[in-house]
Amino acid sequence: MVGDPLIRVAGLVRVFGPTRVLDGVTFDVAAGEAVALLGPNGAGKTTLLKIVATLLRPTRGTVRVGSHDCVSEAEAVRAIIGVVAHGVHVYDDLTARENLKFWATLAGLPADRDTLAQALAEVDLERHAETRVRTFSAGMKRRLALARVGLGRPRVLLLDEPFAGLDARARKWLEGRLETFKSAGGALLMATHSFGRELGTADRLAILAGGRIVLDTPRAALGPDDIQRLYVAHTEEAS
Amino acid sequence: MAWKDLLVERRSKETLNALLFFSLALLFVFQFALGPDRERLASVLPGLLWLGFILSGILGLGRVFLVERENDCWEGLLLAPGDKSAIYLGKLAGSLVLMLVVEALVLALFVLFFDVDLGPALPGLTLVILLGTVGFAALGTLFAAMTAQVRARELLFPVLLLPVLVPVLLATVKATEAVLLREPLADVAHWLKLLVAADVVYLVVGLLTFDFILEG
Repeated sequence: MVGDPLIRVAGLVRVFGPTRVLDGVTFDVAAGEAVALLGPNGAGKTTLLKIVATLLRPTRGTVRVGSHDCVSEAEAVRAIIGVVAHGVHVYDDLTARENLKFWATLAGLPADRDTLAQALAEVDLERHAETRVRTFSAGMKRRLALARVGLGRPRVLLLDEPFAGLDARARKWLEGRLETFKSAGGALLMATHSFGRELGTADRLAILAGGRIVLDTPRAALGPDDIQRLYVAHTEEAS
Repeated sequence: MAWKDLLVERRSKETLNALLFFSLALLFVFQFALGPDRERLASVLPGLLWLGFILSGILGLGRVFLVERENDCWEGLLLAPGDKSAIYLGKLAGSLVLMLVVEALVLALFVLFFDVDLGPALPGLTLVILLGTVGFAALGTLFAAMTAQVRARELLFPVLLLPVLVPVLLATVKATEAVLLREPLADVAHWLKLLVAADVVYLVVGLLTFDFILEG
C-alpha cells in the first residue's frame, strides 16, 4: 500500500566540471514504496543518493524529502532520513554498543542501555554488544549501520548497495527488515547494479543511464530475465 | 564527541605514542644543541618549551579529524541532525585533554633533561600554558577541520595555522619567559590579557564558522 510521495525529485541536474552526471532526473518515491535505482558504474546513482541525503547540492532542479527542500531545509531532511552508503559510519575502535551510544547522543536521541540493547537485538547483534567493531565482518558492520540509522526512526531510507557483502542469511534478514520498514509507511530508495534477489524488495525499478531515468517501471510483473533484458536494452541505448 | 575521541585514542594510543616519541626526540636534539651552559639555556628555555608544545600540538591536531576519515564517518557527522558547533566543542575538548597530557609530560621531561627548578614558577606557568593551549587548540581544531578533506593537508595545516597563531605564540613565550624569571604575573598582565582575548576570539570564530567548514 503506497501513499503520498516522500521523495520528490524534479529536473535534477548535477555537473562536475565538464561532466553532466545527472541531466534532468525526475521521479517520486511514495510512502510505503521501495524504488531500486539500477545503472552501470558511473551512471550517477551514488550522486543522486547523495543529493537526496543532503550531502551534495544539485546544480539545478529540486529535491524534496517529506515536505522539506534538500538544500534550504537540509537539517529538517536529515532528521527524517537514514543513510547507509559505502561508508557504514562506525568506529573500529569502539564496541557495537559504544558506537550506537555515540551516534544516538550526537543526534540527541535516547542512549540508555535498554534502548541500545533493543536496537542491537533488532539487527541480531546483541551478543556482540561489547565487541569492538574492528573484529566484525562486513555484514556485521552493515547490520550495525542499520541499527544506527534505525535509532532515529527514519521515514526515508537511502541505501547504496545494501546487500553488498552480506551472506544468504543476512540478505534474507535484511529483506525482512526492509519489508517491515515499507509496511510501516517508510519510503526506500536503494542504488544497486545487481539484479539478484534484492530487487524483490523493490516495488519499482528506475534505470539510470546517461544522466537520465531511462526506464521507470513497476517490478512485480518482471522476472529476473525481463529485468536483465530491459537493463541491457536501455543502458546500451543511452550510451 | 570528546568521550568518543578519547576512548578511541586510549585504545589505539596512536597519537599519544607518536607525540611522546616525537617530544623525546626533540628534547634529545635540544640537549645536544645547547650543552651544559645554564645561562644560555635560561635565555632560550621559554622558546624551546613552546617550540616543543607547538610541534607536538601540530602533529596531534593534524590528526583530530583523520579518525573520521579513516572510519568513513565524516558524512555521518554531516548527517547528524542538530547544532554542528557541538561537534566542534567536543573535538576541541578531546584535543585539549590530549594536548595538556602531552604538555605535562614534555614539561616533566624538560625538568629532567635540563635540571630546571620550576617549583615556585609552576602556578604561573600552568596558567600561561593553559591559556596558550586553549587558543592553540581552538584555532587548530578549526583549521584541522578545514584541511581534513584536502590534498596535501599535512603541509597546508601548519602553513595556514601558524601565521594566525602568532598573537598566542608571542604572548605565551613572553609570559613564560617572565614567569620563569620569577617576575610577578602582574608584570605580564598585558600578555595574559592578549592570550585571554585571543582565546575568546578563536573560540567564537570556531563556533560560528564550524558549520560552514564541515558542510564544505
